[in-house]
Amino acid sequence: MANTVLDTPATEGSLVGKAIKEALFTGVMTLGLFLLYIGFRTDQDISNTPIVYGRPGLLAIFVAIAAVGRFLMVVFVQPLLKARKEAKAAAVVQDREATFFKKHILKFALVALIFYPPVIVSLYGFQGSLKFVDNFGIQILIYVMLAWGLNIVVGLAGLLDLGYVAFYAVGAYSYALLSSYYGLSFWVLLPISGILAAFWGMILGFPVLRLRGDYLAIVTLAFGEIIRLVLINWTDVTKGTFGVSSIPKATLFGIPFDASPNGFAKMFGLPMSSAYYKIFLFYLILVLCLITAYVTIRLRRMPVGRAWEALREDEIACRSLGINTVTTKLTAFSIGAMFGGFAGSFFAARQGFVSPESFVFMESAVILAIVVLGGMGSLTGIAVAAIVMTGGTELLREMEFLKHFFGPDFTPELYRMLLFGLAMVVVMILKPRGFVGSREPSAFLREKKAVSGSFTKEGHG
Amino acid sequence: MDYFIQQLVNGLTLGSIYGLIAIGYTMVYGIIGMINFAHGDIFMLGGFAALIVFLLLATYIAGIPVALAILIMMVVAMLMTSLWNWSIERIAYRPLRGSFRLAPLITAIGMSITLSNFIQVSQGPRNKPIPPMITEVYHIGNITVQLKQIVIIIVTAVLLSIFWYIVHKTPLGRAQRATEQDRKMAALLGVDVDRTISVTFVMGAALASVAGTMYLMYYGVVAFNDGFIPGVKAFTAAVLGGIGSLPGAVLGGLLIGLIEALWSAYFTIDYKDVATFGLLAFVLIFKPTGILGRPEVEKV
Repeated sequence: MANTVLDTPATEGSLVGKAIKEALFTGVMTLGLFLLYIGFRTDQDISNTPIVYGRPGLLAIFVAIAAVGRFLMVVFVQPLLKARKEAKAAAVVQDREATFFKKHILKFALVALIFYPPVIVSLYGFQGSLKFVDNFGIQILIYVMLAWGLNIVVGLAGLLDLGYVAFYAVGAYSYALLSSYYGLSFWVLLPISGILAAFWGMILGFPVLRLRGDYLAIVTLAFGEIIRLVLINWTDVTKGTFGVSSIPKATLFGIPFDASPNGFAKMFGLPMSSAYYKIFLFYLILVLCLITAYVTIRLRRMPVGRAWEALREDEIACRSLGINTVTTKLTAFSIGAMFGGFAGSFFAARQGFVSPESFVFMESAVILAIVVLGGMGSLTGIAVAAIVMTGGTELLREMEFLKHFFGPDFTPELYRMLLFGLAMVVVMILKPRGFVGSREPSAFLREKKAVSGSFTKEGHG
Repeated sequence: MDYFIQQLVNGLTLGSIYGLIAIGYTMVYGIIGMINFAHGDIFMLGGFAALIVFLLLATYIAGIPVALAILIMMVVAMLMTSLWNWSIERIAYRPLRGSFRLAPLITAIGMSITLSNFIQVSQGPRNKPIPPMITEVYHIGNITVQLKQIVIIIVTAVLLSIFWYIVHKTPLGRAQRATEQDRKMAALLGVDVDRTISVTFVMGAALASVAGTMYLMYYGVVAFNDGFIPGVKAFTAAVLGGIGSLPGAVLGGLLIGLIEALWSAYFTIDYKDVATFGLLAFVLIFKPTGILGRPEVEKV
């Protein structure tokens, strides 16, 4: 078992014996777990009658993999890890001066991001760059922005919000509906969407002010679902599950990205391509992300940001020091929601189509997972988590070569969410404090030193 | 009036299913203070186990009595999901016990995604219908009561009494209650805390799998994503009743079942979930710890 620790150094023989025992146990457990779900397959025949057939071969493969894996784990991997841990403990901890690269990593990252589209275009041409700029660039940056927005609520103020996607939806539908009904432009509607989302954040904030912990979590979840259900059922305005389509695109200060004579391509004498719009969107979301990061960093130094963090650390102490917890919570909800709204209106402009499908609870869960996996409160960590989680799953779409191994019927996309779920579990177990384990202190005496993430509380709200 | 009583019966049936799932949420919450998001998917796994057993029985043992078939389905589903929940607790939650509060929540969400997609991959994304098992219908005046509704309500009542007996009258239940009150103290007094928590997960899974079997029998269909909506409803029920309180979970489940049935009957069916969630928010504004929940005492 995982929790039986041998006190005496194991000899080779007993180790192998133990490994065989554990491998057998794992094999039996795997057999039990997968007996019905892998061992049998339900289906329908031509006359739509449900049928069931056995798959003993597949089941045997699963059991064998589990048992052999466990055996190798116990015999080879665990002693290795143990030895490494001991070596680490024995080594003298010395204060190493951070390398030049490490010190300026954020600047490097920013420069890399700015030059990302031109480099991709020069490598793959305009048409080939579409996939990289859109799927990997924009998609990841949207999640970075959403996670940074949620970070204000969860990471800074310590309020657990499971319905963040509601504000994203408010932003997206604000842009979609106001632009298609009233013909307002993106640049007018971007701030309006943010304000509307912030307003909804406030509306959610009021009833939940008294709630704490998991009660807060379920009410925010319920709020997210209510918004989605209203979007589905209020068909007169939102067109229900069909969604709002042909939403106008964003323009570059009035220059539209289309084939018209005064469009972007004609104006600069370039051949027509949809890649310009994507590249424009890439820079747009990059700027929005940077604004989010800048505002978050500045707010942390302002009284309201300090109040958020104080609220997270200890609500009672906060109250006794005269901090108004009502306004503190409401500002956290509304400012977090505002960034969700910005991201939402950007999403609508990018897709040109919104439907309630995009705003399911799973999105909230994914965003929350990114915030937690990144190490709550750490902007860099959250960005890394967003890249790993979204980029990783996007990458799976590209794994066509796997078909050579598993046959032409193999569709890697089917396994995308399965692997995403497993990755969430594995990363959390290996790094419970997130990718970035240290925090920049908000207030410090003389010198700024990184604080371990385990010292920051997560709040009860 | 007849119409009202008719809806009451429907609501009670639905509420029984929610109540059975809600107990799993509330027990796990009470004992280790985490929201087990994967619990709804355990319910779905129970439904699928029942489906596969049903098809196996129908294929290989034709003419088996329906009551026996349902019993076998239920028992196998209980065993399967117990094994699953036990393993999940072992792999995904136990290493994070004592870690910070959001870590097990995230692994639970990850597990929920994993389970539903595992079933999607291994059993296919389509709805899985089965032919109706119990078709008898009784008429009392103008009210129609289906036999399967009676079966669901009786099975729920029987299980709840067994469950109540275990929690309140056996050494195991005493250990559970002790662990819930103070884990460290219980451990000092010789309660095997790890084992107690494992047993709690197993019990929750067993109840959820019965709910899954009932769901399959009642609606005659199950799909890989069926865990989410009933799961969220049951979780709402647990919170509404006061999370951590066992009678609260059952009460919350029945309330939500009734609201859903009555709202669909008298208002529009489209907004029935909005009504449920709206009621939850409304109740929590006035009673922030649910109907039967103990008020949280804050100590400095």
